[in-house]
Amino acid sequence: MRRPFGAAVLTAPLLLFLLVTFVAPIGAFLWRGVTDDEVRPVLPRTVVALASWNGTGTPGEEAFAALVEDLRAARSGDRGAIPRAAARLNADRPGFRGLLPMTARRVEAPFEGSARAAVLAISEEWAAPETWGAIARAGGPMSSFHVLAALDLRQDATGAIGQAPEDTRIFRAVLLRSLWISLLVTAVCLALGWPLAWLIATARGLPATLLLAAVMLPFWISLVVRTAAWMVLLQREGIVNAALQASGIVDAPLPLLMNRFAVVLGMVHILLPFMVLPLVAAFRGLDPRLPRAAASLGAAPWRVFLRVTLPLSLPGVGAGCILVFIQALGFYVTPALLGGPNDQMLAWFVGFYATRSVNWGLAAALSIMLLVAVGLCVALYGRLAGFRRPGAA
Amino acid sequence: MADPLVRFERVRKTYGTGAAAVQSLDLDIARGELMTLLGPSGSGKTTTLMMLAGFELPSEGRILLEGRDIAQTAPHRRGIGVVFQSYALFPHMTVAENVAFPLSVRGVGRSERDSRVAKALDMVRLGGFGDRRPAQLSGGQQQRVALARAMVFEPPIVLLDEPLGALDKALREEMQLEIRHIHQRLGVTMMYVTHDQAEALTLSDRIAVFEGGRIRQCADPKALYDRPADAFVAGFVGENNLLPGTIEARDGEECSIRLRCGPLVQASAVDCGGRGEACVVAIRPERIAVAGVTASDLGEGALPATVLEAIFLGDHVRLRLGVGDGGEILAKRPAGVGSLPEPGGPAAIAWPEGAAFAFRDTTPRV
Repeated sequence: MRRPFGAAVLTAPLLLFLLVTFVAPIGAFLWRGVTDDEVRPVLPRTVVALASWNGTGTPGEEAFAALVEDLRAARSGDRGAIPRAAARLNADRPGFRGLLPMTARRVEAPFEGSARAAVLAISEEWAAPETWGAIARAGGPMSSFHVLAALDLRQDATGAIGQAPEDTRIFRAVLLRSLWISLLVTAVCLALGWPLAWLIATARGLPATLLLAAVMLPFWISLVVRTAAWMVLLQREGIVNAALQASGIVDAPLPLLMNRFAVVLGMVHILLPFMVLPLVAAFRGLDPRLPRAAASLGAAPWRVFLRVTLPLSLPGVGAGCILVFIQALGFYVTPALLGGPNDQMLAWFVGFYATRSVNWGLAAALSIMLLVAVGLCVALYGRLAGFRRPGAA
Repeated sequence: MADPLVRFERVRKTYGTGAAAVQSLDLDIARGELMTLLGPSGSGKTTTLMMLAGFELPSEGRILLEGRDIAQTAPHRRGIGVVFQSYALFPHMTVAENVAFPLSVRGVGRSERDSRVAKALDMVRLGGFGDRRPAQLSGGQQQRVALARAMVFEPPIVLLDEPLGALDKALREEMQLEIRHIHQRLGVTMMYVTHDQAEALTLSDRIAVFEGGRIRQCADPKALYDRPADAFVAGFVGENNLLPGTIEARDGEECSIRLRCGPLVQASAVDCGGRGEACVVAIRPERIAVAGVTASDLGEGALPATVLEAIFLGDHVRLRLGVGDGGEILAKRPAGVGSLPEPGGPAAIAWPEGAAFAFRDTTPRV
């Protein structure tokens, strides 16, 4: 019992560090994808009043009265609260960004008669069930709104889940695109990295060192710099186009930048070492007597490769592929700089919603989707190949 | 030899500009023979095996297999079975798949393949282990799988490169007998490489003793032990007392040698010069008779000695004896025969005629 305890004490600082700098912030961020806490503080009574509403038709007088009361209270409180709630509601139903502050301003003055008539007089929008549905959905504290939105789904006022409107359906396509680009990059890395790794693993002395250094060299240069270098190379008046035109291969400059080709090229360049290094380790761990034994037993070189060398390098192939694929899935800078609008991957949208449209909930939900996709890939790999050490098959 | 299965003709192998790993090798291996290449590490025996297997190319000379020069034949076309030092079993295949490998690459049909694999596994007493992975087997079992795999396609010759090196002593001795029995039962030709002289004596029909890239002697185990051709073989195969001295007189085979430590002894000249030349006298420890008496009591030719140490080893006793001026002789005698001489006490030693051999002094003394 002493040893595990001692080990736990020794690793405690690291665990604490990870908890504080990694698990906690990421957890807090992802938490925002499944919670909703911007509308409830502003419209507490309205949310309660809507709890018994069935989602069809306009809600009753008590909901309107609660809305008026909430908005009056909010106007006298924190000045940023109403715009924040309006922004959140606007993400669900466009138009709310203006509607809520305007309604709040107009109901401040006392009025005669029913709250329902007064509010409907401000805007006909308040007659639509979906307007109230948006408030009900944003009532929190937990919410499936962002996660559903990340899957191009939405809930209507009655709680039924359906497809998002055609023109806002993008995330499933983005996820498929991200998976496809990652797969493509992994395949290209494998095709290029396998022979290179074989060469490095079988070379001896100085050539092996130089080859390995050449593979490792890109690690010493910032990812942004390497990506920017590709922009210089591939642009319309760039080196590649100039060379192609000068040699007469093409008449007009080729569109090499802002497309899928540039994205895959840049990503392969950055991720290749992650494929080569596990493969080199796998090849180096391979007993050199095994191919010899196979040859002595009558196997021609191609058969030695297919039946001995290739199967024994598979754990390395698996490790390399999973490393490259997972990293590719989360790529952000390279597609953003080298790709066109149709080459952006999931991480770009996370960045977009987190920083530009300030929709933290959706950004978090997209991150959850990315995390789940990666988790599924790792689980699939574990199921197919097992989590063994490379070379210890 | 009329029709050798394998013939090495003036084979030489050099690496780069260094000394030759194998210098002008001539060796015939007969059909059905178990030939052992015995020698210390770096003596060229493994290089010789690898040249026959096709993983090394001779720099000069020819290697004939069944009368054909195989210099241009790729390893996988030679059809020679090889058992490697570390077994080299394929870790990703089961035992049965390992043994079936040489058959499947030869396009042998499934049903025949299965029956031959089963037969081969039975031969090495591993029937029923076919579904295991090599990693689940003990070292001795892995070795047997490697043997079955190298023999299942019925090659004309099986090469074994220090196959028992990784096993402990008891298992090694058991496997030696097993290999010998398989060889006797199937009559397959085998070339066996080892640095363990006891193993070579146990297994072999003939032994080629390698040293410095040359064959020092090639003979059957008894001849090798009883009539070593030079001082190296005398010292390497079995235990021997090697006593330096100078030839005082020579009469044909018989010579008188003045040992460096003093006494004058008689020995049969095997490979030595004439009067005045340096030589070593080799006497097997078990041929030396020791008595706890003075030399004159043992008869003519006996040497006076002092018992330095007596080591009891169960079945026999090893005696370290001081002879003359600083000379030391090792003697063995069966335990339980007579009483042990007391250390420090006087003794007399003698050996029968023909038990001592004189060789040219070539071994560098350490």
